[in-house]
Amino acid sequence: MSPFQDFLVASLIKIALVLFVLLTALAYIVWIERKIAGRIQNRWGPTQTGPHGLLQPLADVIKFIFKEDPTPAQAELPTYFIAPLIALVLGLLSITVIPFGGIVTVAGHSTYLQISDLNVGILFILGVTSLGVYGIALAGWSSGSKYALLGGLRSSAQMISYELSLSFSVVGPLLVAGSLSLRDIVNAQSGYWFRVIPHWNCFPQAIAFITYLISAFAETNRVPFDLPECEGELVAGFHTEYSSMKFAMFFTAEYANMVTASCLATLLFMGGWLSPINSQYSRFVPVVVFFALALVLARFWLTRRRLIEKIVLPVFMGVCVLLGLLFLWPAFYTPAEGVFWFLAKVGFFLFLYIWVRWTLPRFRYDTLMEFGWKRLLPISIANLLITGFIVAWRAS
Amino acid sequence: MDAVLFFLFAGIALAGAINLIRESHPIYSALSLVAVMGALAGLYLMLGAEFIAVVQIIVYAGAIMVLFVFVLMLVNAAPEVKLDRSKMAKNVGPPLLTLLLVEIVAVLRGKYPTSDLVHPSLLSGDNTRQIGKLLFSKFLLPFEVTSILILVAIMGAVVLGKRRPDDSR
Repeated sequence: MSPFQDFLVASLIKIALVLFVLLTALAYIVWIERKIAGRIQNRWGPTQTGPHGLLQPLADVIKFIFKEDPTPAQAELPTYFIAPLIALVLGLLSITVIPFGGIVTVAGHSTYLQISDLNVGILFILGVTSLGVYGIALAGWSSGSKYALLGGLRSSAQMISYELSLSFSVVGPLLVAGSLSLRDIVNAQSGYWFRVIPHWNCFPQAIAFITYLISAFAETNRVPFDLPECEGELVAGFHTEYSSMKFAMFFTAEYANMVTASCLATLLFMGGWLSPINSQYSRFVPVVVFFALALVLARFWLTRRRLIEKIVLPVFMGVCVLLGLLFLWPAFYTPAEGVFWFLAKVGFFLFLYIWVRWTLPRFRYDTLMEFGWKRLLPISIANLLITGFIVAWRAS
Repeated sequence: MDAVLFFLFAGIALAGAINLIRESHPIYSALSLVAVMGALAGLYLMLGAEFIAVVQIIVYAGAIMVLFVFVLMLVNAAPEVKLDRSKMAKNVGPPLLTLLLVEIVAVLRGKYPTSDLVHPSLLSGDNTRQIGKLLFSKFLLPFEVTSILILVAIMGAVVLGKRRPDDSR
């Protein structure tokens, strides 16, 4: 095969795989969010659809598809239909430049675990994020409703404001790595201080890390910055007039943006797919984790009485044991270990998102803007200046 | 392949620019301009200038045009009412426009006689680094002057937007 065909086939396989995993993950993040929300509020969350409510995402999708989808009489027509598409496409687009791990070799062909390694990868994500405002702003404007318009306006103002501090906090790690490629940024974080502490940017760039996290929460319109869809004042904000699959598109886009922000936090500040443990035995961590998970499931299996759980739990146990065993196989664990750490870190950030959502109250609109412009922006600029001086001083 | 992509992006840019003028609703005009910016970014990308292409998206399509759309939404601009255009514009406009286009083509052909208008070799390799170095060495003065110009504009906006002390409300 010619190199171009090689590239084409590898890319198509990777795109299909990433899209499948991402969309499934998005559906189940919603399930996890509802479960965690339930636990935080001392209730159960979904339990009725399937074992432990595991079929809830499927039920949601069926409901979305079959729900009536009225179009408001005041709506601006082409834009009203295009706005959710813009939001969804831009939400899914930025995953293309996220690297999930090192190099993988299949049947003599080696390829990166990444759809496309752009040498301006990080700028590409910032560009796509900055275009994401259009989906929300146009949805608010074209719905022909006051609540939606106010929600759209708030959200545009908020995203424009917090994009600045987001970009400035991203530049810190870029300066340290001296590259715009996400792969290089991760590789620059390999190594350990005192043989124990991993060489991750979240330690020397702690201020940038915190400002990044705060701005990312605001950029994805999540609590405590979810003013655009503040139920108490604006019904549902920019998507008030949307229902059925169009609403599902906004919903998916929001969760896709959360995943992107978490991936970016992992890559820029937490060493991407690098292991946090400086030891050759770090590859046994996934094995231990999966076996421990299987043990926990076995304990549940012994105590639960429902028939469905008696059937389903052994299946999950089998999957865990199988994954644990796979991680003992050298041809598998070399590429898969990086993916394991990457997913673990991304999972941590996603949990943080959900945890914060069900813990903190919402900002008032003026305090939100004041916080963004008067606190976050100066702090991130100061951090950038100091980082720049230190990098220049070291280079000279 | 290159030619197909070029005509695709150039076509989008031209169509967007024409629609920008033709459209009577300001928001649709602004969106056409976004399409023009995006198509230009595609053209830059074809020349191998990834950095400029992405910055074009971030700055123009992402920041400036979002502000345009934001302001148009804020004042809730209605579609403009098209009046009868002046006879002057109708009669003198097209010949003058043709003259301008001919002039542009003539000047460009005089200045760059070969078809090789752009030297991709200038942009090969890590063009982010090259642009950074050029901005802070050869083009330092224009760069700094532009920064000061923008700063002055920001300060002007703040002064205009600030409430005066005697403003009771």
